[in-house]
Amino acid sequence: MLDRLTEFFFPKQVSTFASDIDNLYFFIFYSSVALFVIVVFGMIYLSIKYRHRKGEELKLTSSKDHSNLLESMFFIIPLILVSITFVWGIRSYLKMVIVPDDAIEIKVTGQSWFWTFDYPDGGTTLNELVVPSNKPVKLVLSSKDVLHSFFIPVMRSKMDCLPNRYNVMWFDATKEGVYDIFCTEYCGTGHSQMGAKVIVMQPAQYEEWASELGSEDDDLPLDELGAKLYTKKACNTCHTLDGSALVGPSYLQTSQMWGQERVFDDGTSTVIDDNYIRSSILEPMTQIVAGYQGVMPTYQGLLSDRELDALIAFLKTLNEDSQI
Amino acid sequence: MSENTKQNYLNHPKGIMSWLLTLDHKRIGLMYLFSGILFFFLGGLLALVMRFELAAPGNDIISNEVYNNAYTLHGAIMIFLFIIPAIPGALGNILLPLMVGAKDVAFPRLNLASFYIYSFGALFAMYTIINGGVDTGWTFYTPYSTQSTSNVVPMTLGIFIIGFSSILTGLNFIATVHKMRIPGLTWYKLPLFVWALYGTSLVQITATPVLAITMVLLMLERFLGIGIFDPALGGDPVLYQHFFWFYSHPAVYIMILPAFGIISEIIPVHSRKKIWGYKFIAYSTLSIAFIGFLVWGHHMFTSGQSVFSQIVFSFITYFVGIPTGVKIFSWILTMYKGQVSFTPPMFYALAFLFLFTIGGLTGIFLGAVALDIHLHDTYFVVAHFHYVMQGGTIVAFLGGLHHWWPKSFGVMYNQTIANIAALGVFIGFNGTFFPQFLLGLRGMPRRYATYDEQFVELHSYSTFWSGILGISIFIAVMNLFWSFIKKNKVDPGSNPWGGMTLEWTHTSSPPHPHNFEEEPVLQHGPYDYDKVIVEKTYKK
Repeated sequence: MLDRLTEFFFPKQVSTFASDIDNLYFFIFYSSVALFVIVVFGMIYLSIKYRHRKGEELKLTSSKDHSNLLESMFFIIPLILVSITFVWGIRSYLKMVIVPDDAIEIKVTGQSWFWTFDYPDGGTTLNELVVPSNKPVKLVLSSKDVLHSFFIPVMRSKMDCLPNRYNVMWFDATKEGVYDIFCTEYCGTGHSQMGAKVIVMQPAQYEEWASELGSEDDDLPLDELGAKLYTKKACNTCHTLDGSALVGPSYLQTSQMWGQERVFDDGTSTVIDDNYIRSSILEPMTQIVAGYQGVMPTYQGLLSDRELDALIAFLKTLNEDSQI
Repeated sequence: MSENTKQNYLNHPKGIMSWLLTLDHKRIGLMYLFSGILFFFLGGLLALVMRFELAAPGNDIISNEVYNNAYTLHGAIMIFLFIIPAIPGALGNILLPLMVGAKDVAFPRLNLASFYIYSFGALFAMYTIINGGVDTGWTFYTPYSTQSTSNVVPMTLGIFIIGFSSILTGLNFIATVHKMRIPGLTWYKLPLFVWALYGTSLVQITATPVLAITMVLLMLERFLGIGIFDPALGGDPVLYQHFFWFYSHPAVYIMILPAFGIISEIIPVHSRKKIWGYKFIAYSTLSIAFIGFLVWGHHMFTSGQSVFSQIVFSFITYFVGIPTGVKIFSWILTMYKGQVSFTPPMFYALAFLFLFTIGGLTGIFLGAVALDIHLHDTYFVVAHFHYVMQGGTIVAFLGGLHHWWPKSFGVMYNQTIANIAALGVFIGFNGTFFPQFLLGLRGMPRRYATYDEQFVELHSYSTFWSGILGISIFIAVMNLFWSFIKKNKVDPGSNPWGGMTLEWTHTSSPPHPHNFEEEPVLQHGPYDYDKVIVEKTYKK
């Protein structure tokens, strides 16, 4: 019964402390329902019982305006309930802030509008946090620009990312799977697209994945690698493949205009070629396409030369029938 | 017939200048009421734009940028241009001097100045809209607000200016309560609405300067890069949050205390019953005003503040909850052995009790640190503060308007339509915001222009009912104004609900230009339904 209710109210419970927090929720929920029923029942009962009936004469009403017994009950019962809530809230919270010593440490960087994850043995991923199951994971969070907040609903955990200080959160994932990550501190135009995924793997599988991180794509053909990078490096947050404009121009439009002039917001223009694409990935703020806002972050240091080549190759292959 | 043509504040003196330069608190209150309702509709329209965009997951109607502007302006207009200035400014201004038996507020000229300062500030807000909006959220969190290219400066300047209007009105009300009461009207004989305005005014004059200085620092940061909040210059963005919430949490009580006052008037009058626990309600108003200053940190449970701060702020937060809970029980027990009439104001008061109880109880969820971390900045919070601000304050405000409408303007609205509209507001409100609790629990973040497929069902449900809510509010307000146009006059001596406070017993409807033809003499307390029978009189 409680499981069904938990599933109705909450996302899955994936962290070790999720069930404790959900139980705290249900404690407050049932207490609140009880108090609420008393309030609504009392309100309806009294207003109907003492309603002014048609034809009834106006009279002097009771001078009763206090009752020590009732009032102390209204004071003491909620006081007991909130005391339990407070202590429970703090006890569970302490579990969420005391990081186990054997936690693996992953660096999380928020940037408008994507997430970068740096792993302990080297290697980086974008918008995909890969962690082992049944092992504590400590996240050290910060931001490169404005405030962001890193929220994993299934872990019941969330922490702001600040540009000047490291914040810490941790969890121990109990179930393998792919789960949502959201940005929950408003950060501008692309805020609602700043999502990511957390992938929880068996520890052995994670070890294998971590050792291959960074080398797995070496043998892919350039355009296939580019297609992979398009989602992996979060290009898809702002650029579509179907010609529709999002925060930035569609890749399809750029591909179809290959070799033609592109006009920028300062009135200058340039021919779309490999060098133009490369510079607009690495120095996006120098030439802003007319009709768009200059909001793209630089990918300097986030893409290798081969990966840049791959993205350019991928973009050139696009046409109206492209599917990814 | 001769009584109907008597002088009242609406028809004497005449001429546009007599309105624009009026020192009469009732006329100033009326001007606040009109401008407040105008901004209420503007803010409501923006809310509907957002809800319709959110009916489906993608960018269906408007882009991210437009959505971000819409939600920012919705919040800023509702809070800074409607709820904070207009409720004390409108109902407070019209009623406070009448309730204490005074001819006017303590400083009538200052009162007019407050209104013009408010209007001047509102001009900046309107300029912001015309000039392309602002997209930072009403909270203006740095560093985004120092970097955004939208109209952050005109909007914050407007808020800075409107703050002075709040401070001056607060000062005026405090002086009025202290100095203008008629002889014999001691503190414990004051109507509870006066206590509520007094508590509100104390918060206004103490908290608003903090907002003013925060807005100045934000503007200086933008213009001169002084490095208070910008980490690159040695500042700290979290410091901004402390400053902002040091004002904005007490501001929640600026918004809700007048509503408590309205409910404390409506329930005893329409139940014809002495209010339950007068002194408790009076003192809890002041204690809530005070404790409200000590809980700002619960807005920052995920900012990374120290564990010690988290524990302290969570602890103090519950101290606001307890007196508020006891107040709700007092209002309900007031009906015990009374004679309850189901009038439109009473329906709004009962709706308030239902909705505000949900708003208050869901605050307990958010006060528990461990649970707040999951719920922070999700739709659970959106639902919670709408249950408090709209289900609480605005429903009480609508109730207050219906209660004092015949008194203030000498006309009576269609009560059947008013009851139907109240029901529509109640159902539409729950339909709109109750699903949002569930959205938040399931992880839907707030301030999102687009969202994940998994949330579509609850979002579209919320959007459907928001339409009903919008229409109902529109009908409720238009029904009031229609009574003006139809000139559905009540007898000048009428007391349709049988109220016991001075504005009902000692002056005409609408009141005389100088409030009372002679100084009123207090004959009984505000809720002495156990001692005196006050007839309900409506039309001759």
